[in-house]
Amino acid sequence: MEQILSFIAAKANYWAYVILLMVGLYAMIVKNNLVKKIVGMVIFQTAVILFYVSIGYKTGGTIPIIIYGDGHNSIIEPAAKAVDYINPLPHVLMLTAIVVGVATLGVALALAIKVYQEYGTLEEDEINKKIRA
Amino acid sequence: MTFFTTIFTFLPDLPAIIIITPLLASLLAAASGLFNRKTPFLIAAAALFISFISSIILIMQVVETGIVIEYRMAGWAAPMGIVYIIDHLSALILLVITSAAFLNFISNRKNIETEFRNKEGAFNSLYLLFTSGLIGMTATGDAFNLYVLMEIASLSGYALIGLGSNRSPLATLNYLFLGTIGATFYLLGVGYLYIATGSLNIADIASIIPTMMNSSIILFAFIICMAGLLIKMAIFPLHGWLPNAYSDCSNVSAGLIAPLTTKVTIYIMIRICLTLFSPEYTFNYLKISEFMVWLAIITIFFGSLSALAQKDYKRMLCYIIIAEVGYMVGGFFLGNRIGISGAILHIVNDAAMTLALFMAAGIFLWKTGEDSRDSLKGMFGKMPFTMAGFTLAALSVVGVPPTCGFFSKWYLISGGIAAGQYMFVAALIFSSLVNAVLFFRILEIAHFEPFKEHNHDHVYHHSHNTLLHHHQDHHDEHYETTKHNGVVKEAPLEMLIPFIAVSIMLVILGLYSGTIVANIIDFVIPAAII
Amino acid sequence: MKTLGQITVLFCGGLLLFFTSDFPDFGDANSPASLHLSPYFIENTLKDTAVPNVVTAILADYRGYDTMFETTVILTAGLACFLLLRIPKREVKSRYYLHEPTGVTLRFEGDKYPQKSDVFKRIDSNWVPYDLIINFTCRLLIHFIQIFALYVVAHGHYSPGGGFQGGVVLGASVILFAISGNLRAAIKRFGEKTAALFSAAGVFIYAGTGALCMMIGEHFLNYNFLSPLLGTDRIMARSHGIFIVEIGVAVTVMAVMIWIYYNLSSAGKQDEGL
Repeated sequence: MEQILSFIAAKANYWAYVILLMVGLYAMIVKNNLVKKIVGMVIFQTAVILFYVSIGYKTGGTIPIIIYGDGHNSIIEPAAKAVDYINPLPHVLMLTAIVVGVATLGVALALAIKVYQEYGTLEEDEINKKIRA
Repeated sequence: MTFFTTIFTFLPDLPAIIIITPLLASLLAAASGLFNRKTPFLIAAAALFISFISSIILIMQVVETGIVIEYRMAGWAAPMGIVYIIDHLSALILLVITSAAFLNFISNRKNIETEFRNKEGAFNSLYLLFTSGLIGMTATGDAFNLYVLMEIASLSGYALIGLGSNRSPLATLNYLFLGTIGATFYLLGVGYLYIATGSLNIADIASIIPTMMNSSIILFAFIICMAGLLIKMAIFPLHGWLPNAYSDCSNVSAGLIAPLTTKVTIYIMIRICLTLFSPEYTFNYLKISEFMVWLAIITIFFGSLSALAQKDYKRMLCYIIIAEVGYMVGGFFLGNRIGISGAILHIVNDAAMTLALFMAAGIFLWKTGEDSRDSLKGMFGKMPFTMAGFTLAALSVVGVPPTCGFFSKWYLISGGIAAGQYMFVAALIFSSLVNAVLFFRILEIAHFEPFKEHNHDHVYHHSHNTLLHHHQDHHDEHYETTKHNGVVKEAPLEMLIPFIAVSIMLVILGLYSGTIVANIIDFVIPAAII
Repeated sequence: MKTLGQITVLFCGGLLLFFTSDFPDFGDANSPASLHLSPYFIENTLKDTAVPNVVTAILADYRGYDTMFETTVILTAGLACFLLLRIPKREVKSRYYLHEPTGVTLRFEGDKYPQKSDVFKRIDSNWVPYDLIINFTCRLLIHFIQIFALYVVAHGHYSPGGGFQGGVVLGASVILFAISGNLRAAIKRFGEKTAALFSAAGVFIYAGTGALCMMIGEHFLNYNFLSPLLGTDRIMARSHGIFIVEIGVAVTVMAVMIWIYYNLSSAGKQDEGL
């Protein structure tokens, strides 16, 4: 029993990321409404953020802000040990990914507004009907 | 030759300058566009010219010394910081990007002024950002930095092609969905590489991968990176976004994005397969070459057949682009030296050919205001120089010597025969025949049919819904420049000269293709590949 | 389409789930990701840059070049929304005015609008009467939000925070003002041209700092070479350099958030809106 639990604890984050990723992908492929597709896109990108941040976690580690000294004379104090702090690199990368996600969302909404101005609807089947007519 | 080396020793920051100049200029263009309508163009043209010159110096430097230039951003060495790597391949692609962006830009001054009135600042700024994104993607030595720059190029690309005909916002939104899936898959692939190796630097990862060849994480990283890139390069089942996105947008944007986006993505694919994962891993360990070549064959057949069915000139070009993607992907995955040489040579040649064809489309559209093939009737009499250039581009796409298209196709076919992929050879020949039919049909119309007076009320950019209020004055201005009163009425010189330059380049690239292969491409391909 | 979507999702999901089994466990301190690069950052950041917050140091120094383009991505989004949506005011078809003495709402079409007067007040088409509670609360909050934003920007070296976070909070304060009042009032205080100039200026601060380092010394964004200008030693120069670029990031993020909000909320008219 304990083994199963520890196995689940060890992989749960990765499963959650896969499920989120697939929710987003499903919405992007199947949904008829363009705004729902955009929501799917945001979920899709957020899943990757969960994945990266999960890589960086270390059991027992704290946030990567070095607590010794005030920055000036810290050089003579004992050096920070890597095991005490979680991995900072994925957090930096995900800051970038969040920003990219926001930027993409903005452009997507702008395009959706243009589509709405053009066709008066955001439902894809209705738009296709109007294009054919 | 030593002249270029001398310049380089004075300017060791050239790998940064080539991308920082368009970036800084895009900020200045965006700011100055708020106050003045003329300055953004001048700033942008100057910046693109500086980038162009820098890329010439860089490629001369690399070819002459044979040393790979490494530039440390922020002064940090490789695995900690981000480095830029200029080797033979990236220097070649940089030259292609900067020259295509520069020539397309200066030839379209008037188009930008009429199509993006009062938004010149933003448009020129996004044009520069797109260019710097592509430059960065080509030169970077960091897998994550590649993603950021890919997103810059994509986002500015969505904006550039989103403003065209009435249908372009929808086409662009679909492109955005697929592009985001592609980029996110790539990001996920980088994450898998990071989880397995702990590094983001391409060279560093490449040195770690041989120690863990059998890791399933590495395998999946490869699969998912490739899936992302294949979506972005529009190979057969994933091509849906390309024709709509590229044919509905304005000509300036099409002339920039169509020649460069797919080619740079293919370059990234080559980089990932050869540099990040070793050729050993890509060709020998994974048995995907056969599958990829078949995908390429289907893409070529599909692209060529669809191109036959199109009435609209630009849509036809879009399907030809899809077929050409098949050439390059197939040629690369043949896995032998000749095939890969052909694929890389074809990146250069195809960028030049597509640029020439889209510039021609821009000139025709400027002249006639129509997009259909029939509007080209009698063009030989009206615009002899333009049609001469167009003929060269058409011959090159068909693959007639001495234009460059012939030589890269020759390499690809030889590679196909050497690898025993006769179906690929057949696809190439079939596609050439289809291109011959397509372009000779156009040339025939342009040469033999009488010239038709065009109805100027339907000049395309008047349908621009955001700029309706300029309808009247804009229309008159346009009419002035396109009145047909003489016998020969060429395009304005500023459009014609870059176009003729590109057309002549097609022949020069063809004549010197042996030199390019011997001096540049041979150094790119690892010695392990025979 | 639905079955195709289901098949794709099940296939991809199954594949992804299958490959998670080889991942290092969650929280494993001995995974390759935690052993290759990150120990260097954790152990040497203070020595190299004198910044205790490792994330800030990596963001703006080791991988500062990435972050510059990240800021540029934001600018690109702002420019893209402007290019796609912005339409001039003349195209707005009708306006609503409130005749204050009587409380009657009038709709004007064409170009004939009432002159500026005490009697007529311009209102939005989906106008709601003045709400004391909302207005008062927002007015009270906005100052504190802005001060907190400046704290977040300035304190990025020592605590979670920095340019992006602070910039977003700063932008949110202006957006809150626009939501609580109306769009025109916000544009009067923080105009569109200002937003455009600020968003370009922020990236310019960042890239300009980098170019300055390149001109003085040898590498783009190598803050070491700023030490003669800042009058500090080389390590503190890195710390100060990080602060300068964080300010650039905050300026861009703030201005672009506001700019995108203006364009999206009014569909580019920048006349009426939330």
